[in-house]
Amino acid sequence: MKNDPALLNSNRSGIHSTAKLFLVACWLSLLFLPFKGLKNAVIFFLILSTVLFFMKFLSGYKGFFLTTIKGATDRIRQLVSASRSSIVLLRSLLLLSLVMLPFLAGDYFVDVAILSCIYIILALGLNVVVGFAGLLNLGFVAFYAIGAYAYALLNTKFGLGFWSALPFSLLLTTISGFLLAVPALRLRGDYLAIVTLGFGEIVRLVLNNWDSITRGPNGISGIDPPFILSISLGKISSYYYLVLFFVTLTFLITKRVYSSKIGRAWIAIREDEIAASVMGINTTLYKLYAFAFGAFWAGLAGASFAAKMQFVSPESFTFMESVLILCMVILGGLGSIPGVIVGAFLLILLPEVLREVQLYRMLALGMGLVVLMIFRPQGLFGGKGASLRN
Amino acid sequence: MFLQQLMNGLTLGSVYALIALGYSMVYGILELINFAHGEIYMLGAYFGIIFLGFLTAAGLTAYSLPLSLILTLILSILFCSAYGFTIEKIAYKPLRNAPRLSPLISAIGVSIFLQNYVMLTQGATDKVFPNLFGTAGFRFLSVRMTYLQLCIILVSIILMIGLRLFVRKTRIGKAMRAVAQDKTMASLVGINIDTIISVTFIIGSGLAAVAGVMVAMYYGLVNYFIGYVAGIKAFTAAVLGGIGSIRGALFGGLLLGLVESLGGSYISGEYKDAYAFILLIIILLVKPGGLFGKTDLEKV
Repeated sequence: MKNDPALLNSNRSGIHSTAKLFLVACWLSLLFLPFKGLKNAVIFFLILSTVLFFMKFLSGYKGFFLTTIKGATDRIRQLVSASRSSIVLLRSLLLLSLVMLPFLAGDYFVDVAILSCIYIILALGLNVVVGFAGLLNLGFVAFYAIGAYAYALLNTKFGLGFWSALPFSLLLTTISGFLLAVPALRLRGDYLAIVTLGFGEIVRLVLNNWDSITRGPNGISGIDPPFILSISLGKISSYYYLVLFFVTLTFLITKRVYSSKIGRAWIAIREDEIAASVMGINTTLYKLYAFAFGAFWAGLAGASFAAKMQFVSPESFTFMESVLILCMVILGGLGSIPGVIVGAFLLILLPEVLREVQLYRMLALGMGLVVLMIFRPQGLFGGKGASLRN
Repeated sequence: MFLQQLMNGLTLGSVYALIALGYSMVYGILELINFAHGEIYMLGAYFGIIFLGFLTAAGLTAYSLPLSLILTLILSILFCSAYGFTIEKIAYKPLRNAPRLSPLISAIGVSIFLQNYVMLTQGATDKVFPNLFGTAGFRFLSVRMTYLQLCIILVSIILMIGLRLFVRKTRIGKAMRAVAQDKTMASLVGINIDTIISVTFIIGSGLAAVAGVMVAMYYGLVNYFIGYVAGIKAFTAAVLGGIGSIRGALFGGLLLGLVESLGGSYISGEYKDAYAFILLIIILLVKPGGLFGKTDLEKV
């Protein structure tokens, strides 16, 4: 505590930094002024300065908090790792609660869980592209949309069931992943991001305007739920088991691929593309794999989404959706599979729990992205090495 | 019909060009796609409505319309510049040495934040800009043109010439070019990099504010999500002309405006928004440096 440089610093330049905080609060309130008038700007100023001073006060004790948190996590880790059986116990408890969920919780909660599962599949898919291979894809929702529409159209136009339509739907999204990747991979970094964004928008515009096939903004309704041995999975609880199965599948396969030769190649490309290509990795080919492999999971999520909602419309596949999935990946920790799962779960669950603040969800999301990038670019659970690069 | 669409395209294109300049300047100096720039333009449109409403309530508009419009424009420029400056300080400056994609994601965050901030404070419905000029205009070679359209094109061109002169002739302009060429070297010869970057953001945001106010006047309707599409299109314009070049932004903007308005009337109006994206993808694949830009090799 005594040698904490942050505390010393704050004491030394106490008056100076207080004036600075005051100025910052004044400035931000001034920016707020035209939107809500003088009275609200003054209220805003009061709240803001209180919050800023409080944060300043807390940051003086940063070292203390950090050591406390670290001590607590270390203690938990010690307790857990003390006996292997406790890990097994924890895991089986988690698994059991996941399996028993429809019996323990109400329909509403199971519904949220299904949604979380679909987003976890999406986030795991995007994690392959962004987290493993380090390619920022801002149009990931396009593959999700293609998967959903493929199943919707095959089902309503050709009468194909879920299981016979799914392979086609997955094939289609994987191919579209390839098709986007072939030209896009000649670009680097932020240009790639913008081209993928453009691709996502084009797909959405086509879905929105190609009335004869996609029925435009009205969307496609009356999609059948999946059947297993002529038992309909339309019921929420039975559908939950299906998506749980899909999530497990996604989890296991992405995990296996991550530690395979392909996964290693992806990480090498992410860390340094030029070095990777010098080491004999065919970077273009592996980037293609990443795009197609990621798109595959988006297709699975899309088909599950269409089958669950029994309705699809272009509204569900906007750019904001892409950003939301990206946020899940970044929040959890780029490249960390458990982190991504937690990130997806948090971003779906939090707004559901905090109903009143749902209006502010996107506001907080935007702010959160900036804060995360500044203070913890590797995400909540991101390990060392997992970083955003070219 | 063709000439008419040409004229509409030019009007639209000069607005894109104004916004594109902000992207271009920031990219030239920071190599950052300032994703939030489109939102600055949206803020400009809102400020236009807010300040004009305020001045009208104060009775100035009834006294002298031009004075009130000019004041509105100046206030909007001031506030948008302040926003641009603040965004840079909060969201980009701490990330200056971070990996390249971190500032881009931070910029997306700012963009989402600003959209929702405006939606929450101003409401989700369309805002109406008072129709001050009606449809007064003139005919020239069978093309009908409103005074407002003419005004938009003229103001854009004047601002661009002014910017070019600023960058070419003034001390700060020279410093900006130096920083764009080599940041380390520029700082070694005594240029304050932080100041130059702030100036870049302030000028870019001011230009976007002008574009915003003019578009609000032109279309009469403003919504909180207009910034996203306009931003993407302006970025396309900047890339089209060669990012980092003022001349490129002008021609890219005009070209994009023409493609949109001609494509919208001759091919299909429904896919109007898609043309920009398709054009962007083609340009990036065929000539990544843009029409006026140069492609540089990646150094190890």
